[in-house]
Amino acid sequence: MIRYILRRLLLLVPVLVGLSMLVFTIARLLPGDPVRLAAGPNATPADIASVAKEFGLDRPLLAQYWDYATGLLRGDWGVSIFSRRPVLEDLSTYLPATLELVLAAMILAVAIGIPAGLMAAVYRDRWPDFLSRAVSLGAISMPRFFLGLLFQLGFAMWLGWLPLSGRFPLTEDPPSAITGLLTIDALLSGNFHALGIALQHLALPAIAMSLSPLATITRMMRASTIEVLQQDYVTTERALGLSRGKILFKYVLKNAVSATLTVIGLYFGWLLGGTVLVETVFDWPGLGLYATQAVLTQDFMPIIGVTLCIGTLFVLVNLLVDLVYGLLNPRVRLR
Amino acid sequence: MSERLRRGLYRFRRSWVSVLGLGIVCLLLLIAILGPAIVPHPEHVAGLVQTGTRFQPPSAAWWFGTNEVGQDVFSLTLAGTRVSLLAGMAVVIVGAVIGVFVGAIAGFFGGWLDEGLMRLSDLMLTVPSLILAMAVAAALGPGTGNMIFAIALSWWPGYARLVRGEVMAKKEEQFVTAARAMGAGSGRLLRRHVLPNIVSPVIVKMSLDMGFAILTVASLGFVGIGVKPPTPEWGSLLSVARANMPDYWWTAIFPGLAIFLAVFGFNLLGDGLRDLLDPKARR
Repeated sequence: MIRYILRRLLLLVPVLVGLSMLVFTIARLLPGDPVRLAAGPNATPADIASVAKEFGLDRPLLAQYWDYATGLLRGDWGVSIFSRRPVLEDLSTYLPATLELVLAAMILAVAIGIPAGLMAAVYRDRWPDFLSRAVSLGAISMPRFFLGLLFQLGFAMWLGWLPLSGRFPLTEDPPSAITGLLTIDALLSGNFHALGIALQHLALPAIAMSLSPLATITRMMRASTIEVLQQDYVTTERALGLSRGKILFKYVLKNAVSATLTVIGLYFGWLLGGTVLVETVFDWPGLGLYATQAVLTQDFMPIIGVTLCIGTLFVLVNLLVDLVYGLLNPRVRLR
Repeated sequence: MSERLRRGLYRFRRSWVSVLGLGIVCLLLLIAILGPAIVPHPEHVAGLVQTGTRFQPPSAAWWFGTNEVGQDVFSLTLAGTRVSLLAGMAVVIVGAVIGVFVGAIAGFFGGWLDEGLMRLSDLMLTVPSLILAMAVAAALGPGTGNMIFAIALSWWPGYARLVRGEVMAKKEEQFVTAARAMGAGSGRLLRRHVLPNIVSPVIVKMSLDMGFAILTVASLGFVGIGVKPPTPEWGSLLSVARANMPDYWWTAIFPGLAIFLAVFGFNLLGDGLRDLLDPKARR
C-alpha cells in the first residue's frame, strides 16, 4: 500500500514537468504584449526594453522555461506584472477561498446525490425516480452563472435572506487564520458569530455550484445501484430473509458508492477549474477571480501559476480517489 | 442496417424526453435559420440606441421588455440563437477534426508517436479548460473566430482518445489487411477503409458535446471574453444585464433562459442519439 502511494507520487513528477512546459509554451506562444501593457501607454521603446529585461522576457524561450522551472522548485513562482506581488503569495491568499467553495459544493452534492440516486434506483420507474431524473437532467443543463444570478435576484435582492456577494464583510472580525477556510477556522476557534456570517456568504455560491455535480452523482448512483440490485448475492440475502434496510445500507450502498467514486473525483478537479463563473457572479475572492483578472490584463505568471496549482490538485485528488476506491473495494489490489 | 435503424427509431420515439429534445433543437434551428426575417426590431440587433424606450417591462408591445439602451430584448435573444448555435457547432467541429486527426495517427501508427500524442492529450485533460480558453481568447483578441479556436484547443483530447481506440480495433480487421495486401498505402487505408467505419461514435460524441459547447461559448461571453457587443450573444447579454438587477430583471432572465433551453434541448437529443447509434452504451 505504502509502496503504491510512493510510486503514484513519483509518477506525479513527469506529469507536473509536462504540465508546466505545456502551459508555459502556450502562454509564451500567444500574441499580445504584456510588457507594453505594463509599461504604460506613454512608454518609450527604452522603457519597454527595461521592463522586458526586468522580467527576463527578452531571453530565448528555453532559457526562460529553465529559469521558471528551477524557480518553481525554490518556491519562486514568478511575479505578477500587474499586482507586482509574488504569484505564490497571491495563490496562497486565493486558494483557500476556492477550496472552501468547492468542498462545500461537493459535500452538498454527495450528501444529497447519493441518497437521491439510491432512492431513484429502489423506486425505479415510480415517482421518486421520475422526479430525480427530471431534476438532474435540468440541473446539468442549467448554466451555473445564470443560476447564481437567479439566486441573487431571489434570495438576496427580493427576499433579503442572504448576502448578495463577497466572502466575509470588512466590518466584521474574521476568525483567526488557521487553515484559511473561514468556516473551519471559525469552528476551531469557537467563534460561532463568525461561523454564521461565513456560512451565510457561502450558501448561495456553494448551492449554485453543487447542482451539476449533484445531478451527475445522482445519475451515476442510480445506474450503479440498479446494477448492484440485480446481483446474485442480493437475491441470496433476500432469500435468507434479511430486512430490506439492512440489505440496502449494509451491502448494496458500499458497492454502489465505489462505482460512483471515480465520478466524484473527476468532478472535484473539474470544479476547481470551473469556479471562475460562480466566483465572478458572487465576487468570491478565489483562484477563478484571480485568474480572470490575470487573463484580462494578459499577465502570464499568475495564469501559469493558477493552471499548475489546479492541475496538481486535480492529479492529487484522483490519487486519493484511487486509494479510497481500494479501501472500499478489496477486490482491487493496489500494487 | 435498416432493421437496426427501425428499432432505434422506435426506441427514440418511445422516449418522450428524446422527442422533446428533438423538438427544442428543431425550433432553435428554425429560429437560427429564419433569424433576421422574424426579428421584430432588426434595427436594434444592428446596434440602434433608442433611449426613449429604456427599461420598458415585458408587455404586449415588448414581449421580453427593453434594455438599458432601449433595445428590444426579444429581438436580441432571437438574434443570439444563430450566434450561439453556429459558435457551438464550430467548436465541436474544430475540436472533432483536430481530435480525429491526432487519434487516427496515434492509433494507426502506434509506437512512440502514439505514446507522445496520448501523453500530450492526458496533460491537456488536467489543464483547467475554461481558464485556458479564457487566456488564449484574451491573447488572440476579440472575435468569434478566435474564441472558437480558443475553446477547441482544449476540446480535442476527448475525440483523440475515442478515435485512437476505435482505429486500433478496426485496423486489425480482415478488410483492412485485405486492402493492405492489395497494395494500399497507409494514407489510403486510413482514409478509405478505417475512418469511414468509425464515424458513428464520433457523431454521437459530437451531438452529446453540442450542449456543453454552447454553454462554454456563453460562459466566455459572460466573463467578458469572446463575442463582443453589438453582436448579440446570450452570455454577453447576460453579463451586461447584471448591472440592471434587481429592478430590470427581464434584461437578464430571458437571455439566461435561452441558454438553458438550448443546452437542455441538445443534452436531451444527445442522450437519445446515443441510444439510437450506440446500443452498447445503453443502460
